Amino acid sequence: MDGVETILGADPEAMVSQLLELGRDLCLRLFEGMAGLRAFDDRAVILQRQGRIGTYPTFYGEEAVQTASVVALEERDWLFPTYRQTAVVTLRGCPPLVPLLMWRGHPGGWHDVMRYRVAPVCVPVATNLPHAVGAAWGARLRSADWVALGYAGDGATSAGDFHEACNLAAVTGSPVIFLVNNNQWAISTPLRRQTRVQRLAEKAAAYGMPGLRVDAFDVFACHRVLRRAAELARSGGGPTLVEAVGYRLGPHGTADEPALYRSPAADRLWAPMEPLGRAQLGLVSAGLADAGELAEIRGRASARLLAAAEELERSPRVTLEEIADTVHLSTPWDLSPDHLREPSWAAAGE
Amino acid sequence: MSEVTAPQATQELNLVEAVDRALGQILEDDPQALLLGEDIGANGGVFRATAGLEARFGPDRVFDTPLGEAGFVGAALGLCLAGLHPVVEIQFDAFSYPAFEQLVSHVGRFRWRTGGHYGLRLVVRVPYGGGTRAPELHSDSPETLFGHVPGLRVVVPSDPVSAGRLLVSAQGCGDPVVFLEPKRIYRRGRSPVPERFGPTELDRAAVVRDGDDLTLVAYGAMVELALAAATRLEAAGCSARVLDLRSLYPLDRESLLAAAEETGRVLVVHEAPRHCGLGAEVAALLQEEVADRLLAPTLRVTGMNMPFPLFQNEDDALPSVERVLAAAQVMLDY
Ligand SMILES: Cc1ncc(C[n+]2csc(CCOP(=O)(O)OP(=O)(O)O)c2C)c(N)n1
Ligand SMILES: [Mg+2]
Repeated sequence: MDGVETILGADPEAMVSQLLELGRDLCLRLFEGMAGLRAFDDRAVILQRQGRIGTYPTFYGEEAVQTASVVALEERDWLFPTYRQTAVVTLRGCPPLVPLLMWRGHPGGWHDVMRYRVAPVCVPVATNLPHAVGAAWGARLRSADWVALGYAGDGATSAGDFHEACNLAAVTGSPVIFLVNNNQWAISTPLRRQTRVQRLAEKAAAYGMPGLRVDAFDVFACHRVLRRAAELARSGGGPTLVEAVGYRLGPHGTADEPALYRSPAADRLWAPMEPLGRAQLGLVSAGLADAGELAEIRGRASARLLAAAEELERSPRVTLEEIADTVHLSTPWDLSPDHLREPSWAAAGE
Repeated sequence: MSEVTAPQATQELNLVEAVDRALGQILEDDPQALLLGEDIGANGGVFRATAGLEARFGPDRVFDTPLGEAGFVGAALGLCLAGLHPVVEIQFDAFSYPAFEQLVSHVGRFRWRTGGHYGLRLVVRVPYGGGTRAPELHSDSPETLFGHVPGLRVVVPSDPVSAGRLLVSAQGCGDPVVFLEPKRIYRRGRSPVPERFGPTELDRAAVVRDGDDLTLVAYGAMVELALAAATRLEAAGCSARVLDLRSLYPLDRESLLAAAEETGRVLVVHEAPRHCGLGAEVAALLQEEVADRLLAPTLRVTGMNMPFPLFQNEDDALPSVERVLAAAQVMLDY
């Protein structure tokens, strides 16, 4: 892939030397992050099939980009996820039960935003990006040194908020990374119906910021590129657009049927890029890990998710009265228990 | 130079000057506060609501944004996460629509989305309403759109003192507030304002004129009209109360119920279209809670269910004293 930074896609010698440069600790940390995300995704799909959570947007294949986005940044940096990055908060220490509860439609699924410095999940595409700009701009205004990262899909780059966010970030010189995960599809809409630009990173030029392209199935390359963007942002260099070039290996979500709109042949072509297997191949051939210990890492992650799934049903039901009390700092009268459901005529007969 | 732009101990200010002074007070008192909007810096805002503030507080705290209301209202949410307290100016009413998604889908929902733990200390100021001979989409009254959105407070001042006090209180309340400024009365006349605006209860209506026979419920620029109607009613032997709602969400239920119980007749006046307007909400509330105390049905004098007309016809579309008097007469004769 032309102009796309890769480590695992390089010739074997170059790959090994670059992995050795990253070092075993970092490489294993990245692998462990991916294992945690994969375990989450696998378990969530099972839970959906079992009817224990609702419809679920799988991120199978996006583990490399997502893991790198967390590991390349510092804990003080802000992340702004969409519906497809609901598990990144677990890489910041949040128990997986929390995002699982969200997919179960339970308010216990709202994670602690300030503690993990992960914003609430934004469902309308691209609308999270202005938030990321604000958080980054705020760092500049407060002379703090955190950066912010906002996730977007290829489809999201067509939405107005993508443009406004990129422009505002560049004008304000905000330390923000726009991480565009180009998986070539927006539900059933292919990239060519989304834009006439073939490389989404080129859009960066319109805003006067750098645009980088990286192999979305290569956690090591993603880490290196995102680290570079973060360093640039932190040192006052402003925003960067990073396009992770990949393919949506799975369906859009558990309710989606890709056979209606794309060819199984293309799916088969991309399937070997699955990022955990690919990372494992690299790590083993570089002598940085053996298959046994990588399997152990994955086993631990699966066990953790199984335990979280068992906890799901144990979360007590939250009442509407309790929820009504979370909308405002001081709850207005119409959300008080006496007025929440029916106005006072319900009590008038008494 | 700073002498010229520093806040004067002016005793008499008009509404827009009171907004300006309140914003200056906010920036002075709250080091995390900042203003964002189009042309609010050197230009002082198209209505001069931020005149002199950039010179006093610098361009980082009185920030001229690029065009794009969705972007800078969304960014304001992110600024809140960074610990700042943005006050955003939307240039004209209808230009709040590009930011509508951010307000509906994110700003209003933010506290709920954090299980009640974290709120946004964010004010979005919107000069609104008709009667200024303005081009299309510069005269809308979008209050119902915002009042219908869970998690947003909607506040409307009606005079210089209420503007200053409500704005300062809105900025301190810890939750997002859409602050609608009746631009038609921005320069209506000066009244004495205090050196500093003290806080006030955000969700209380104000009885701006007392009366026993009928209550005119109004807000924003319609308060002045209601007062004029009340004077005319008095001459005709009817004692009319004027209730200035000030908070459109939440509504001041107590004051509305008291008006119904004490005067028996409640007439609502607003510029916004009648359909699904605040008048409908007030009428429904009274119907649900105190129907047996009403001596007449609650009538509404409102804007029409059509785009706000080009200004040749704006006076025909806006509520007038005559329309209010006619409706009041129907209620008194009921
Ligand atoms: C503003 C908006 N319109 C429509 C949708 C419904 N929707 C959910 S995901 C999606 C496709 C998004 O594609 P892309 O941005 O490429 O991200 P991906 O799902 O591939 O990660 C659509 C249309 C939405 N979430 N937001
Ligand atoms: Mg996509």
